Amino acid sequence: MHYNHRVDTPRKNSPALPDDSGHFGIYGGRYVPETLMPLILEVEKAYAKATADDSFQREFDQYAKHYIGRPSPLYFARRLSAHFGGAKIYFKRDELNHTGAHKINNTLGQILLARRMGKTRIIAETGAGQHGVAAATVCALFDLPCVVYMGETDIARQAPNVFRMKLLGAEVVPVTSGTATLKDAMNEALRDWVKNVDNTFYIIGTVAGPHPYPAMVRNFQSVIGHEVREQMHQAEGRLPDTLIACIGGGSNAMGLFHPFLGDGSVRMLGVEAAGKGIASGLHAASLTGGEPGVLHGNRTYLLQTDDGQIKDAHSISAGLDYPGIGPEHAHLHDRGRVKYVSATDAEALEAFQLCSKLEGIIPALEPSHALACTAKIAPQKKSDHLIVMNMCGRGDKDVFAVAEHLGVKL
Amino acid sequence: MNAARLEQRFAAIKKSGRGGLVTFLTAGDPDGETFRQILNGLPAAGADVIEIGMPFSDPVADGPAIQAAGLRALQAGITLKKILQAVREFRATDAATPLVLMGYYNPIYRYGAEKFASDAADAGADGLIIVDLPPEEAAELREPAVKAGLHWICLVTPTTDGARMKKILAHAGGFVYYVSIAGITGTHSAELQAVREAVTGIRRHTDLPVAVGFGIRTPEQAAAVTQAADAAVVGSALVGTIAESLDGARGEIAEKVLRRVGELAGK
Repeated sequence: MHYNHRVDTPRKNSPALPDDSGHFGIYGGRYVPETLMPLILEVEKAYAKATADDSFQREFDQYAKHYIGRPSPLYFARRLSAHFGGAKIYFKRDELNHTGAHKINNTLGQILLARRMGKTRIIAETGAGQHGVAAATVCALFDLPCVVYMGETDIARQAPNVFRMKLLGAEVVPVTSGTATLKDAMNEALRDWVKNVDNTFYIIGTVAGPHPYPAMVRNFQSVIGHEVREQMHQAEGRLPDTLIACIGGGSNAMGLFHPFLGDGSVRMLGVEAAGKGIASGLHAASLTGGEPGVLHGNRTYLLQTDDGQIKDAHSISAGLDYPGIGPEHAHLHDRGRVKYVSATDAEALEAFQLCSKLEGIIPALEPSHALACTAKIAPQKKSDHLIVMNMCGRGDKDVFAVAEHLGVKL
Repeated sequence: MNAARLEQRFAAIKKSGRGGLVTFLTAGDPDGETFRQILNGLPAAGADVIEIGMPFSDPVADGPAIQAAGLRALQAGITLKKILQAVREFRATDAATPLVLMGYYNPIYRYGAEKFASDAADAGADGLIIVDLPPEEAAELREPAVKAGLHWICLVTPTTDGARMKKILAHAGGFVYYVSIAGITGTHSAELQAVREAVTGIRRHTDLPVAVGFGIRTPEQAAAVTQAADAAVVGSALVGTIAESLDGARGEIAEKVLRRVGELAGK
């Protein structure tokens, strides 16, 4: 199967985004300390050069096929579809990728770029540890030293992934500043970068950060949507009707949605984590419960106080536990092109169990949120309605946490 | 008039032939009252220019000392409104000492860029230094700030080349803040020779005074830096003095910090 992460699908009545200065409408941009600006501009230039070079694309394709295991299947979830009694539900099986999630599509692309730029040291931030594992994996593959910043709170609740990263040769640095979670890990990674601008490349894990990261990560992840397009054409001879994906920073969703943005008939739903409920204040739903602001190099929707201090996110899923969201999602939200909804911890837990029993697929807690939304949408649709849900990660990492939530002692 | 205060102060420093001292302290650290005592005592202690940090929950350019100061201040309930109130009170007692506000953009964006610019100027601030607003993103705050009479103070770093310097200085006012290390606040210190060369490079592009900051902790370092630059900025070392004094009586903190400022000013 051939796909090309360079392709920016033409959109009807709207120019390609971001614009030259890295903005998606009012969102995005480059809000970083001056020390980093020359480096950010260098990354932008190097990325533009790489995308214009066929050998970069060939190298990406080669590793995507033989190392990651792409293309991932598009699977008709027969029993779940029958259970909900409405639409035909397909899973995009990105949980079958090497390392068990979509994250590696992006770390592969970025490390290939880092190598082209002659960088000799990689840093990354991680929340649940999935991006950290994906970054440590490609660093092992290409023999580059890797430092992963991870909040102390997350280290405690994601012990298996911490050990995985260490096995892969990465140094995991506990972050104790601020609230010791993903946002603080990102702060610390940025501080490291400011100190080591000469030799270090920062592999950001989601479609956020200063330009060109939101666009670059989206383009690497768009392999997901491009494959779905072709696979759905083979399976059903047409475009899907509804796309559903969970959103923390939003990279798996952006990767699925982006190649379809120009297709007006395709409806898209982004599912944020509602934690214990939006009204409880304990959630990670930046679009539903946040306001525009500036953090980590870009303008986007953020969970924050009236005084502009960033609030803690809450979700049962450490991978969705981020108080911001990629700037392109903020723009698509304001334009109304994508509808953003939310699912609670409890709804995700229920979907997690249902999918395990009915399909023999233990989903990660992140896509369990997308599944919870699918459970609401599917029954309202006719049997010829085609839904694609991005199964962006597998649940092995979550079984201990889920057991604890269900009151099961292992 | 706001615009003149910084110019007059730097002209006076130059005339006296000594090195100027810019002191950085985090607003509301460790609490509102102690901070007010420190702020109001700074001119007499020897601060030529006062820089006040506006705390943000996620200060990516700051090292552990200033991060901790921001957290202390936020926990003690500091807000932009209270910061501007403290500036106003200071200005009522001191009409001559320039005062600049330093921080990150998000709290200002939430406050409203235009409203903040006019409220800050109205309270008696003289300039703004916003760490995460490079020239590419600065216009939305810089334009209302300059219009309100505030100086837009820019950062130049060791990673800034000639072409970028031109872009930065095209809209710079007040003084140039040279960040002497590629790093975060309060960590290591730069080599004097490197600082001297960098300041010479900056002076080729601008007539604005140059202040050097990041990593300056002692009177000796300040004196060395001001052989080349107009002023030295000391921040983490002062903030560290507050941190070290937290276990003692609150009333003594201001005195200790002001004594340290006096040492740095060579008094």
